[in-house]
Amino acid sequence: MKSCVIVFPASNCDRDAAVALEQATGQKPDMVWHGETSLPDTDFILLPGGFSYGDYLRSGAMAGRSPIMQDVVKKAEDGVPVLGICNGFQVLTETGLLPGALMRNAGLEFICGMQTLQVANTQSRFTRGLSDRAFVDFPVAHHDGNYTADQETLNRLEGENLVAFRYVTNPNGSSRNIAGILNEKGNVLGLMPHPERVISPLLGGEDGTAFFATALKEFG
Amino acid sequence: MTTITPDIIKDHGLTPDEYERIKSHMGREPNLLELGIFSVMWSEHCSYKSSRRHLAKLPTKAAHVICGPGENAGVIDIGDGPDGVKLAAIFKMESHNHPSFIEPYQGAATGVGGIMRDVFTMGARPVANMNALRFGAIDHPKTRHLLSGVVAGIGGYGNCMGVPTVGGETNFDAGYNGNILVNAMCVGLAEQHRIFYSAAKGAGNPVVYVGAKTGRDGIHGATMASAEFDDASEEKRPTVQVGDPFTEKLLLEACLELMGEDAIIAIQDMGAAGLTSSSVEMAAKGGGGFDMDLDKVPQRETGMTAYEMMLSESQERMLMVIKPEAEAKAKAIFDKWGLDFAVIGHTTDTGRLVIRHLGDIQADMPVPPLADDAPNYDRPYTELAKPEPLADPRVTIQEALITLTAEKSAEEMGTLAEALIDEKLSGMASVEAAGWSATHGKAELYVRLDANAGADAIADLTKAAENLAETGMVAEASADLNTQEVSLADQPGGDTMLVALANLLGTPDLCSRSWIWSQYDHTVMGDTVVPPGGNAAVVRVHDTTKALAISTDVTPRYCKAAPHEGGKQAVAETWRNLCAAGAEPLAITNCLNFGNPQRPEIMAQFVGCIEGMAEACEALSYPVISGNVSLYNETNGQAIPPTPAIGGVGLIEHVQHTARNDTANAGDTLVALGITRGWLGQSLYMRDLFGIEDGAPPAVDLKAERETGEFIRKIIQDGLPTAVTDVSDGGLLVAAAEMAMGAGLGLMLTTPVKERRAAYWFGEDQGRYLVSVPTDAADNLILKASMAGIQATKLGMFGGEDIVLDDEEMIGLIDLVDIHQGTLPALMTPNKETAPMPMAQEDIKSMILEALPDAEVEIEDLAGDGDHYKARIISAAFNGKSRVAQHQLVYKALKGKMGGELHALALETVAKQ
Repeated sequence: MKSCVIVFPASNCDRDAAVALEQATGQKPDMVWHGETSLPDTDFILLPGGFSYGDYLRSGAMAGRSPIMQDVVKKAEDGVPVLGICNGFQVLTETGLLPGALMRNAGLEFICGMQTLQVANTQSRFTRGLSDRAFVDFPVAHHDGNYTADQETLNRLEGENLVAFRYVTNPNGSSRNIAGILNEKGNVLGLMPHPERVISPLLGGEDGTAFFATALKEFG
Repeated sequence: MTTITPDIIKDHGLTPDEYERIKSHMGREPNLLELGIFSVMWSEHCSYKSSRRHLAKLPTKAAHVICGPGENAGVIDIGDGPDGVKLAAIFKMESHNHPSFIEPYQGAATGVGGIMRDVFTMGARPVANMNALRFGAIDHPKTRHLLSGVVAGIGGYGNCMGVPTVGGETNFDAGYNGNILVNAMCVGLAEQHRIFYSAAKGAGNPVVYVGAKTGRDGIHGATMASAEFDDASEEKRPTVQVGDPFTEKLLLEACLELMGEDAIIAIQDMGAAGLTSSSVEMAAKGGGGFDMDLDKVPQRETGMTAYEMMLSESQERMLMVIKPEAEAKAKAIFDKWGLDFAVIGHTTDTGRLVIRHLGDIQADMPVPPLADDAPNYDRPYTELAKPEPLADPRVTIQEALITLTAEKSAEEMGTLAEALIDEKLSGMASVEAAGWSATHGKAELYVRLDANAGADAIADLTKAAENLAETGMVAEASADLNTQEVSLADQPGGDTMLVALANLLGTPDLCSRSWIWSQYDHTVMGDTVVPPGGNAAVVRVHDTTKALAISTDVTPRYCKAAPHEGGKQAVAETWRNLCAAGAEPLAITNCLNFGNPQRPEIMAQFVGCIEGMAEACEALSYPVISGNVSLYNETNGQAIPPTPAIGGVGLIEHVQHTARNDTANAGDTLVALGITRGWLGQSLYMRDLFGIEDGAPPAVDLKAERETGEFIRKIIQDGLPTAVTDVSDGGLLVAAAEMAMGAGLGLMLTTPVKERRAAYWFGEDQGRYLVSVPTDAADNLILKASMAGIQATKLGMFGGEDIVLDDEEMIGLIDLVDIHQGTLPALMTPNKETAPMPMAQEDIKSMILEALPDAEVEIEDLAGDGDHYKARIISAAFNGKSRVAQHQLVYKALKGKMGGELHALALETVAKQ
């Protein structure tokens, strides 16, 4: 299957994401520069972690309005799966593809470390491959990962089973321990933790391998 | 035109003699710009004028060294990469001490930015950042502000760049109260056929400025870094630069992209002394001159003078000399990345630096004296007295035994004893510790008194007991005093060995640094094999089976007591850390932080440390390939402890042969390798538990060091040990406890000596390692070691949930972990409220279920008081985690909801299969 990774000037997990996608699909993804206005033919879009345009304004704010994102939004609306990891999740909330916002961590410090996540939704196409495991261990690395939305939105997310992952030990103050959410159609997933960093026992785990393998198989 | 007065010369940090030299090189009086250029090029920071002749003593050559000191960074050969491409590791360490003290966030951030530029200037992609940090005493009023600012700054820059910060070291010592040290190291990877140097050979080639625009920031930073501090130093804040990691990320990518083309003749980053040092050094190395027009320099502000532009230290800038035909191609790349690209001049064959501005020639000066004929001082130094080894100190301990009798149950007697401690004893200044035991009819209180406590104290105790008797609550009360003299080599004063261990693990220098490194992105790039918190950090060489191990070390208290031995030890400790990871140590970089070299005793420290380093590098075939000297680290005449920070890099040929310190298995035997004599001089045990800072530091036997290290590497390659650690600060017991905590396993230990037991466990003898091996392989290991002439001693076995020593004393691993990990966060947020709050059984259960929805939870109220519970929890979240990790998961999940008294909740956790 054909996948692609969007590259902003200060994306810094683009290579890591490409490695994970290639491991899962056997095919190198297209690396798409932020200045492009249209995506290549693709079955899966990944918005990687990093600092997009420096994020001095608000994480993901400028990236959400970059040329390539218009086509990403269009493709997402057409049903192409979009995965936003960390900064990618922030960008997705800025485009409105996902509700809510990622605020500064409650502890105000950047945090990096392994987190145990509850797989809260085991029916979505992104996560049903993980239904045999109640929990996964993915690392986080962010300064702005405090998921925030109004109560109505939070109730709706929970009511419609759109919370994909929850932290067991909430590291950043996220409302209702939310680590990742889906859109209504289930083809857009934003998550703060980094599954692409746990794709080898050498690197501290393989839960990311399972996540990418099953998610990409679903969409492939 | 400004007349050069003696005051102006002094303000530029130049001596009258140096000014005379400048005049003779110029053949006339220099103007202010020319004087400014000389002053920065001849500053200690740029010219190494006090250190050069001694740095020459360091060995810098080996078959695997591609480029030694003198370039932006050093280069070593690490063998073949994918498709047979030859790979190189490029690294350097540099100080940013003075700026970080003035403005910790920006000072540290730009230090990280600067060292990364040094590495990618040479064609390498940075793959790992490290650091070596020294702060003042943890309770000094500035320390918390400086530590949190520095850590945030290092993280802020490295995290945005997407380069993992994989490790480092942090010490606290009052000697750094007025002058912290922030040393940043960067390691990069390059292909050997694409390494770039700074020699701008050839005339008529374009000189190109790329990156951020020039502003008025950081003017005279290099001169500031070459002077002492005083109370007014904070007024120097405008000399600190402001970092922009986003621009540097663009600069990195643009430079690496251009380096893939055949375009660059020479390249140099604009670090300290900005445009001046980059242009002078490139011209000097190329044997030519530069002719530059500053009107073409991209500028952030208007109205800047030539002086300001030449001395600005604005960050994220590079100077390149490119092939004339490549100009359009190069410009297109920088345009793509949205960076300035300006041809600001050309190379010449005149050997002169010509600076034009506003249509005039503003400076015209000879290049060679700026770079190569800078003063080279032979500063006087005193012969330092060699310290004697520390004689085992003896202390007097005074203990009182209070006996209470009454016709009451054991429980009631216990309550009385506790009440006496709480109400009375804990408030007495002379009481250091108190404990009790009770049986039916009798309670005994053990009270340890201050060594200086006199008859008054015992009278007070007797009185307290008698008062209790008068109430009629007890029948009789008596107090006896027992005084004894003990050797601290035998026992930790009045404490038991494991209490001393727990106290040490809760000191600022030995507690867990996770509060620091959890603020650094240490897993980005997806190659981090051993993250911070272990021995050496290990990162995989992307797309290969190789890995690099990196370690930064120095023990300043050893260097202060005996500079030569301390210099040796710093080198040897990095070497040992790399060996403990299974890496072949290849080369070092360094950051030599000292006080004012014009003071003979400081110069003696400097020379001693260098000579010790040289001896160790020679003996270990471990050359120096880059480095940095930071002198004048003093405030109000108070110099820092001598701190030659060493950064070592080693190669692991097959990454699966990486050893870690946290991978022992239950049932493994713990074996010490190397000789333990119980060296207490300069140990943390003596310093932090008893305030004794005397005596000689432990000596390093370099021959034994090498043999033991090679043996360790061999057994790691043979797959024998399950975990490995070196033994350093705190000695064997601290190292063993760290292995146990890392693995989440208890440890049953036996002291192999009868005398000087505390010295055995806490002494800091050098050249030692601890390894865990499957018990059926332990004898094989010991046999192999003895055949290699290395002493091997079984110390115990991993398993259970407690550390147990000699079947006499024990401490729960989880309690030890709490102390180790809780110390730094508590010190950094001392006012955190912890309100104990009794909770209903059902509330606890529902909170556990909220975090772990799959859990089966049983809760038992232990004391029937709604305050002491035991929970048995079965969850899949525990799968694959150690007991300690399981408990931490539950405690963290409940944190903030249960108040501070989480220990009222006893846990039994079970993984759900």
